[in-house]
Amino acid sequence: MPEEGMEDSKGGEERPKWNNKAEYLLTCIGFAVGLGNVWRFPYLCQIYGGGAFLIPYLIALVFQGLPLLYLELAIGQRLRMGSIGVWNSISPYLGGVGVASMVVSFCVSLFYNTIVAWVLWYLFNSFQEPLPWSQCPLNHNNTGYVEECVESTPVNYFWYRQTLNITPNMETSGSLQWWMVVSLATAWSIVYICFIRGIETIGKAVYVTATFPYLVLTIFLVRALTLPGSSEGLIYLFTPDWEILKNPQVWLDAATQIFFSLSVAFGGLISFSSYNSQKNNCERDAVLVGVINSATSIYASIPIFAILGFKAHTNYVTCLNGNILALTNEFDISDMNITVENYEQWFDSLNGTHPSRVSNLNLKTCDLQTFLDQSASGTGLAFIVFTEAVISMPGSQVWAVLFFIMLFSLGLSSMFGNLEGVLTPLHDLKLVPKWMPNELFTALICLVSFLVALIFTMGSGNYWLEIFNSYVGSVPLLIIAFFEIIAVAYIYGIGRFSDDLEFMTGHRPNIFWKVCWLVISPLMLIVVLVAYVAVQAQTHPTYPAWNPDYVNFPDTEVLPYPDWVFAICVLLSSVPVISIPLVAIYRLICCMSGRHSEDRLHNDPNPYANEGYVVES
Amino acid sequence: MLVRILVLLYLAGAPALAQTLCQPNASNGYRVRISIKTALGNQAYEWNENEMFLFRATMAFAMRRCYKTETYNVDNIIVCNQTLRVSFWFVVTSPENSTMLIPKADVEKAVSMSRHRINNAFLLTDRTLEFLGIHPTLAEPVNPDTPPWLIVFGVVIGAVFAGIIALLVSSLLQKRRKEKGMMEDGQDEEDMQVKGVENGNVLDGIYNRGFTDDDRFTKL
Repeated sequence: MPEEGMEDSKGGEERPKWNNKAEYLLTCIGFAVGLGNVWRFPYLCQIYGGGAFLIPYLIALVFQGLPLLYLELAIGQRLRMGSIGVWNSISPYLGGVGVASMVVSFCVSLFYNTIVAWVLWYLFNSFQEPLPWSQCPLNHNNTGYVEECVESTPVNYFWYRQTLNITPNMETSGSLQWWMVVSLATAWSIVYICFIRGIETIGKAVYVTATFPYLVLTIFLVRALTLPGSSEGLIYLFTPDWEILKNPQVWLDAATQIFFSLSVAFGGLISFSSYNSQKNNCERDAVLVGVINSATSIYASIPIFAILGFKAHTNYVTCLNGNILALTNEFDISDMNITVENYEQWFDSLNGTHPSRVSNLNLKTCDLQTFLDQSASGTGLAFIVFTEAVISMPGSQVWAVLFFIMLFSLGLSSMFGNLEGVLTPLHDLKLVPKWMPNELFTALICLVSFLVALIFTMGSGNYWLEIFNSYVGSVPLLIIAFFEIIAVAYIYGIGRFSDDLEFMTGHRPNIFWKVCWLVISPLMLIVVLVAYVAVQAQTHPTYPAWNPDYVNFPDTEVLPYPDWVFAICVLLSSVPVISIPLVAIYRLICCMSGRHSEDRLHNDPNPYANEGYVVES
Repeated sequence: MLVRILVLLYLAGAPALAQTLCQPNASNGYRVRISIKTALGNQAYEWNENEMFLFRATMAFAMRRCYKTETYNVDNIIVCNQTLRVSFWFVVTSPENSTMLIPKADVEKAVSMSRHRINNAFLLTDRTLEFLGIHPTLAEPVNPDTPPWLIVFGVVIGAVFAGIIALLVSSLLQKRRKEKGMMEDGQDEEDMQVKGVENGNVLDGIYNRGFTDDDRFTKL
């Protein structure tokens, strides 16, 4: 086929290829399935009425997620370039979309790998008996436990003090925490070794990183279902509350969750599919990746919530036992006469006969529902709630190690996509000097990223990470995706795109895809973008700070962002996407001055243009 | 006769005197609270007079161990106010003068010193055998010379760096071999085949490097 010859004669070296289809699919699935599937989706499911949340979630998947996914995989495969090259080819005025993707990918990989570094730190610490977050350390003169730990919990203390060494607010930067720097260096080294030979080594690595989480989730599922209290957790998760569907916030969160979960608009998916041969059925790939991503989210929420139910049950029993001990000691009742089962009767009878003495004991009200409501998402779920649950399970070290290796695999496979969204465009832009081997260039990028990410290892690092997470990893992506879909559907043309798809997959896209690309998906994206920004703009942004001197400690102190920080937030949201209008204006100026504009607009890699072949003969 | 009356009085009065010495909330006494079922579950033993005797003997032992000069006996430990909980008060009398109580602080010192032995005598722990008012000494944390996490980190980072160096070296060797092989055709073709086995035989005919090179040679 002529186009292959043309590619080879154009570039000096041939484009790398996937060893087999499985590696490509596993890499895409690994990129899409990340930490959010495990610690964001179950939380959303829980607060938005359990089973009922699946309805907006699946609707968003079908009408917004899958079309975007199919679109990205198709153009990457067709145009065989990274994100910058692809958008430059479609329209030179939209080259900024590629640049924006690259910048967002870089920023996201900075903080994402820091989370991986935290996971590694916990993993290293899981090889101890007893687990370091299970008990408070002694203070200096061994007279008692550290006060901060006693007032909160050992788990909180280990996370906020011994891991993050967090400062009381954002203005105080603190210093670099050496153990965090060491963990971060390990994380970046592991990422580098997987990237050393490009997709050759990535393809090998994903056999493990993409499949291992499923194994661990299954093990946890089996283990969790045998723990007491797991059924309560599952019932709590899946009980549908149909009323919640009337709340527009639910639909917004479902749409944003599916969007960020599929990792579109990063440019990583475009890069991965650009290494395919053109005759690959990307429609099937897109549907497969999208469905597997959502199925993984649902599958992951089952063991997570079974274990959270177990934790709530354990807390409830501990609370009751505290009350039982108080009653037993006060009334000198024989040991273990009051049990969890007959506590109610004993309490009623004692309260009837000696109400003043009982009230003096200040017994806590133990309600299982309150404990079940104490859910969390994000790092709070993994590093505080789950670690606490693991302590109560027999053989805690094994479960802790398994859990953190699973989180590590999930994070690492997503990092592949993030970094690929940075490296491939740089290669395609020919920004790499000829003398520099790929390994050295990758090492340079990893080193630069590591050095910049050191800001997240400072005392205030966690606060900065939350800012990056909320402002870089949200609005810019929505804007980029909107421009992507407009570019392909209207500027490139749905007719020409359908021709390309027919060439690649063998059949034209059916009416569903066309309607989605032309109308439904852009509309949904606009609505989600506007609603998201509106919701964010309503309240002055605040952040929860861990301050031991706070009056209500151990509750987190809610502080507003200082003005300079808020300015940085706005910058983070706007700088990535500013390249879109900038490049358009720049090209317009060039076009106005009348330089090669005609050639450039016609310079799209049409497979039917056999120039290369003509030259050969 | 008088002597007999006095002896009778003494024998009758001693326990009574002992009882007045030991009272709940006595200034020199401690309250003990035992939770056997919580500690041992199914293997719990019953608290009876024999166990109480063991307790008094253990306390005497603790006093002897602490103050090596004096000889304490079971009689010096007086117990009272036993409840079903199981809890009771005890006081310690001096061996020389059975009406004199040992001060609270001295008893506390003896108990703290032999706490571990006392616990073990009853198969209980600091939490299940409580001396109300005497705080348990906190367990010494095990401080290893190298923190365990550093060891795991060292292993992981060593493996990663070894892998990086191995891969870089093999890449270098491969490149050098490729450069040498550019002189020969076969090597080139092999490299192409290694790189791209895609789905299906569609591409077999595309990599015509060898064919193109043959052209070059035939031209020569």
